[in-house]
Parts: sequence; C-alpha cells; structure tokens
Amino acid sequence: MYQYTEFDRQFVKARAGQYRDQLTRWQAGQLAEDDFRPLRLQNGWYVQRYAPMLRVAVPYGELSSAQVRVLAKIARDYDQPNAALFEQAQAAQDKLGPVNLKSGLSVASRLTAGYAHFTTRQNIQYNWIPLDKSADVMDLLASVSMHGIQTSGNCIRNITSDERAGIAVDEIADPRPFGEILRQWSTLHPEFAFLPRKFKIAISGAREDRAATAWHDVGLHLIRNAEGELGFKVLVGGGMGRTPIIASVIREFLPWHQIMNYIEAIVRVYNRYGRRDNMYKARIKILVKAEGQKYIDDVEAEYLQIMEHDGGPHTITQAELDRVTASFVPPTLQCDRKSADAKIANILRAAAEDDIEFGRWLKQNVAPHQNPDLRAVTLSFKRLGQAPGDATADQLDVAADLADRFSAGEVRVTHDQNLLLPWVRCDELPELWRAARKSGFARPNIRLLTDMIACPGGDFCSLANARSIPIAEAITERYQDMDELHDLGEIDLHISGCINSCGHHHSGHIGILGVDKDGKEWYQVTLGGSDGSTLSGAPVPGKVVGPSFSAAEVPEVIEAVLDTYRRERAAGETFIATLRRVGIDPFKAAANSARFAATPAAAAVA
Amino acid sequence: MKLLPLTDHTPAGAEDRTVLALANDADPLQAPLEGVTRIDLHFPKFTDGRAFSQAFLLRRRRGFEGEIRATGDVLADQLAQMERSGFDAAVLRAGQDMATARRVLASYPGYGVGRYQGDAVHVAPHFAEAA
Repeated sequence: MYQYTEFDRQFVKARAGQYRDQLTRWQAGQLAEDDFRPLRLQNGWYVQRYAPMLRVAVPYGELSSAQVRVLAKIARDYDQPNAALFEQAQAAQDKLGPVNLKSGLSVASRLTAGYAHFTTRQNIQYNWIPLDKSADVMDLLASVSMHGIQTSGNCIRNITSDERAGIAVDEIADPRPFGEILRQWSTLHPEFAFLPRKFKIAISGAREDRAATAWHDVGLHLIRNAEGELGFKVLVGGGMGRTPIIASVIREFLPWHQIMNYIEAIVRVYNRYGRRDNMYKARIKILVKAEGQKYIDDVEAEYLQIMEHDGGPHTITQAELDRVTASFVPPTLQCDRKSADAKIANILRAAAEDDIEFGRWLKQNVAPHQNPDLRAVTLSFKRLGQAPGDATADQLDVAADLADRFSAGEVRVTHDQNLLLPWVRCDELPELWRAARKSGFARPNIRLLTDMIACPGGDFCSLANARSIPIAEAITERYQDMDELHDLGEIDLHISGCINSCGHHHSGHIGILGVDKDGKEWYQVTLGGSDGSTLSGAPVPGKVVGPSFSAAEVPEVIEAVLDTYRRERAAGETFIATLRRVGIDPFKAAANSARFAATPAAAAVA
Repeated sequence: MKLLPLTDHTPAGAEDRTVLALANDADPLQAPLEGVTRIDLHFPKFTDGRAFSQAFLLRRRRGFEGEIRATGDVLADQLAQMERSGFDAAVLRAGQDMATARRVLASYPGYGVGRYQGDAVHVAPHFAEAA
C-alpha cells in the first residue's frame, strides 16, 4: 500500500482543520447555506433523506486493517441517529408500504444504523452521522490518513481501479502507482475545483477490464506498444445517467510519463467548453458527443501547448514513479504448496456439505494470483438480512482481523461491493474459509445472481425515485438455494433507485431502475448490459423491456427471464452468452408475461 | 493577493483601454492585450470555474504580467484557488469579512501547507520540487 509521507499526512490534517473552520462558520451563521454546501460536498458530506451522508475516499479501493478499524469505530460511535430521528425515518419508510410478493412474502423497509456501505466506486458511505459531529469524524479519519476529499461535487473524484491491481495474473503493469500519482495531482487542483459536473477516472492495468473503464469520464488502460514501451490507451466521455454513453478512445498510446499533462488538457478543454446551462447535459460525455473530432483536436492542441509552451511540468520522472512504486512492493509471503494441496484434499474428503460448499467457495470466491503461492479471496457482503455492500461495525472489525491474520493487513473494496483479501497464502485457504464462514463472509456467491449491485435507493437517498434495498432483498430471498444459484451461473444484476445510476443498472446483464410515476415506485428492467469485463463482453448499455413494472412484479420478471435462460441455454453457456445468441425477444416476452393482471390504477400510470 | 472590498472596485469602463473585462465564454488566447494592465475575470456563481482556466491561460500561455482581478461571486473559501490559478487581486462579494478572508486564505491546504500539483504561479509539482 502507498505509505503516506509526512507531507501527505499534514495535508490531510490541514484539510480536516479547514473543514472544521468552515463548519464552525456555517454554524455561526457566517457562511450561508448555499456557500457552505459545495464546500461540505467536496469533503464528502451530503444531506440525504433523513440525515447527512458521508462518503469516505478509498483511493483505488485499498485499505489497511488499521483504517478498517477506524471505519468500524466511526460506524459504531458516530453512525447513530438519535431515537426520535430514527423513529421518524422508519415511520416515513413504513408509509411507502411493503413489497407484497406473489409468494405471500412481504418485504418492508427495515432501516438500520451503525454500519458502513461499500459503493461501486470502491468508496465507503455512512448514513446517519449528525453534521455537528462531522468535523470530529474528519479528524478521526485523518488519524489514519483518510478523508472525504473530492468524493462529491463537480470536481475530479476519487480514482478507482481493478480490485486485483498488482496481483492479477493478466496484468500488464500495476495501475496503483499511477492511481496514486493521479490522486495527488487531482487533490485540491486549484483550476479544476468547479468543473461543469463531476469527473470520474478509472484505471486498469490488466488485459481484462475489471474497472468498468469505458463507463467513466476518463478510462485509462496500461498497455505496451510494439516497441514494448509502457503507456496508456486513453478513453474519454463515458458515463451512465440519463444518457448512457460508452467512452471513445482519444489516444491509442500515450507514453506513461505524460498522463498528467494529457489529462490536464482533457480537463481544461472540458472546464472551458462543457455545458453549464443544463445539469443533465454537463458531463464531459455530452461535450465529446456534441463536438466529436473537434473535442479531440482541441485536447491535442492544448496538450501540445502544455508540452511545448509550458514545458510539460507534470511529466512523471522515473524517480517519482520509483518512489511511489516502492510503496507497492508485495509482502514477502510463501506457502507450502504440498501441505496446501493436502489440506484442501482433506477438506474435500470431509463432510459432504463441506465438500460442496468449500469447493464452490474455491471456485467463486478465490481468484488466482501473480504469485503462484498466493490467492485473492473475496469476502461476500451479499446475504439475506443485510443490504448489498453493508457492513456493521463488528463485521468491519472481523474483516480487519481476517486481513491481519491472512492478508498482510490489507483489504480492497471491490466495485461489486464486497471486500477482497489480496495476499492469502494458498496453504491458509482452509483456515480462512473456516474463519470467514464463522463470520458469515464465506457465502460462495461471488459473481452469481445474489452478488448483486444495489445503491441505497429510496430508503436513504434523497435523489432516489424508488427503493432498491427491498427489491434486492426480495430477489435474494427467492434465490437462496445454492444449487439453483450455481446452476444459473455468473450473472450481473444491477439495481439503481434512480437514473443517476449509482447502482450501475445500465451495465447489468439484468438492470433494474427505479422510476417515479405519480408518486409511486415503479421499476424499469433492462437486459444485456455490459461493464466491459470478459464475461460481459464489449461495454454496452442494456435494452429496456417494455413499460415499467411494479415492485411486486420485479422478482417475478427476474424469475421469468432466468427461466427463459434455463430453457434456451446450450450446455455450459452463461446467461449473457445465451441472451446474445438468441436475442432479447424471448426474454422480453417472458418478462412482459410476468406482469400482473392490470388493475385500473396500475394501467393508468404504466 | 490583493483583496478589495466591493466599494473599492471600479469596473472596466469603455474609455479606459488599460482595463479589459473578459467574458466567461471569451477565449483568453485571442483577447487583444496590447496596452492592457488589468484584466477582470468574472465568477457569475462561485461554482462556475471557467475563470480559473482563463486566468491560467492568461498567465502561463499569454505571459500576461499585469493584474488579473476576480470579480462577481468571490468568496473567502475560493481565494487560494484563484491565486494559484493566476489571479493576484480579488473583489470580495458584498458581506464577506476581510479578516476572515485573509485567515481562510492563509490556512488553505494546498496553499499554506504546500500543494501537490503545479499551477500558474508555481509551475513545478511537489514531487519535482521535493526531488
């Protein structure tokens, strides 16, 4: 992991101090609400449906166990609403009513407190911290070199990466040193603090794109050219929201030294010409789409000026890359592979239930590693009774302990809202499995249907049109049979509570989007979306299936779509492959046939 | 950085060719600068950041050495960003306390305690200077 220098630490502390000063001035009435809002947003403080929400930056998803313990402490001590607020919030959610399923089951909103939530951009959110405690929380975060800098607002956001960065077997180069160099460059950049809209960068160093780079404002792929030199393929103008657009390649190869100079050109042209008259047309994707080649020409001209006139001030030196890379040296770990094989064989011979479960865990939750002695293990935070990606204070503490025992004290927050242990010795897999199982993290559902992405939705978010969590729970409840789940295989199910697309519904093989019609919760279903991973194929937004569905219909629609897959699939064929082969029509027909008989009220709004 | 209360600010007039008021959508690379000693850039809202890039281009690309003045919705908490982007004068919006503005400017991270990236004033980034 990157080791903070004294300079880095002082910087974060100064930022926490600055935030406390701004908060104090706001509380004293010296800073107007409208003037304070963008300041708190750029420190990660939103005000949501019932309480403030804090988004903590986790650069490229990496956390130390010490940081996880502080995150647990914040969940335990600060993510606590007072009783009156909590009751009021629960009562308001109760008014939305339960989702009454055909099976007779009824799924209601059950608000909880004292936990953290993993986001698709590898960050961590809290939902209940009172604003008057916010400066204390920033100080606590700063004590372990953490912060909420630029996790919101119209600025360059926290940079995300591949959850297997630095350990993936298909890696061309480790993206983390570049992620860190770019983090430093973008942090409190004076010229780019008030862009037309938010700006998200993702960076991948592997052959497979596990960071959904084409869905970002800027996507970076580390590659080698014909001469074997390292550089970046640069994509620009991707994004979700109302107008889903896949990023275009703006540079096939850019030498690695120049990445900051080049992104400076991309962002400067955007800052000058991006639309500021309409929030929905302000992302860079709209500028790139509207201007086409002219945007590319403008960026190249600006880049030339930065290099020739300004002298390329942000050219990365080999010394700086070496300095940062030195922080990412893998821990020295070795395993006794013979004993590992013996232990694994032993467990596989043991009780029948363990046999299947452990085998499935090895298949779904354990990934190969650059070091053949090591494995990457995903702890599942997708199980019945907790919202996808939620972790209580106790669970965070356990995860920190597991990281210390089994993974050189490091965890990664994944794009799919789980935690990954990147440095697990192969001979310790059986022990880790037992420990993780005891703590409820060993559910072998990684990349399967119930490993779904869901945003907090209408239970917490003030932007949401509909709830995500009860829908996620209804589907999770329906697909509890592990035999069935494994038979269905790898499927990306993504749920967003509104068109802002925090739940990445556009990129799900099955996407669910909450929409509001006449003040009621409805859900649009999309099929065939892709994040750009090997399983999912070339990045593409899913196609909408007819008019939207009621909450109660959604699980029936999912079941109908999955039944169609089971009927149509060839041997060994995944859901997305079947859908691509046979086309969307039979799936669409099945989904539409799952509609309940239209009641007059439903017909009027559908 | 020179901080001015609104009352001390005289807007650019048609007869005075030494002061140029540049609109947000004007291209600073094309603006005629001969005889100009002061350029006023405008923040219609403090969250509209176009003038930051304009100031950068005037300083770094055009080599303009006169005064670059921030006008409009100018608040204490953005002064450091302005100075680093090339402004050397700012007209505070009405109701802004001058003493608070000076204190906030001095304690801004990325200003008072050092900064990561190069800017219009300090061209080299932290890593190049620290090396």
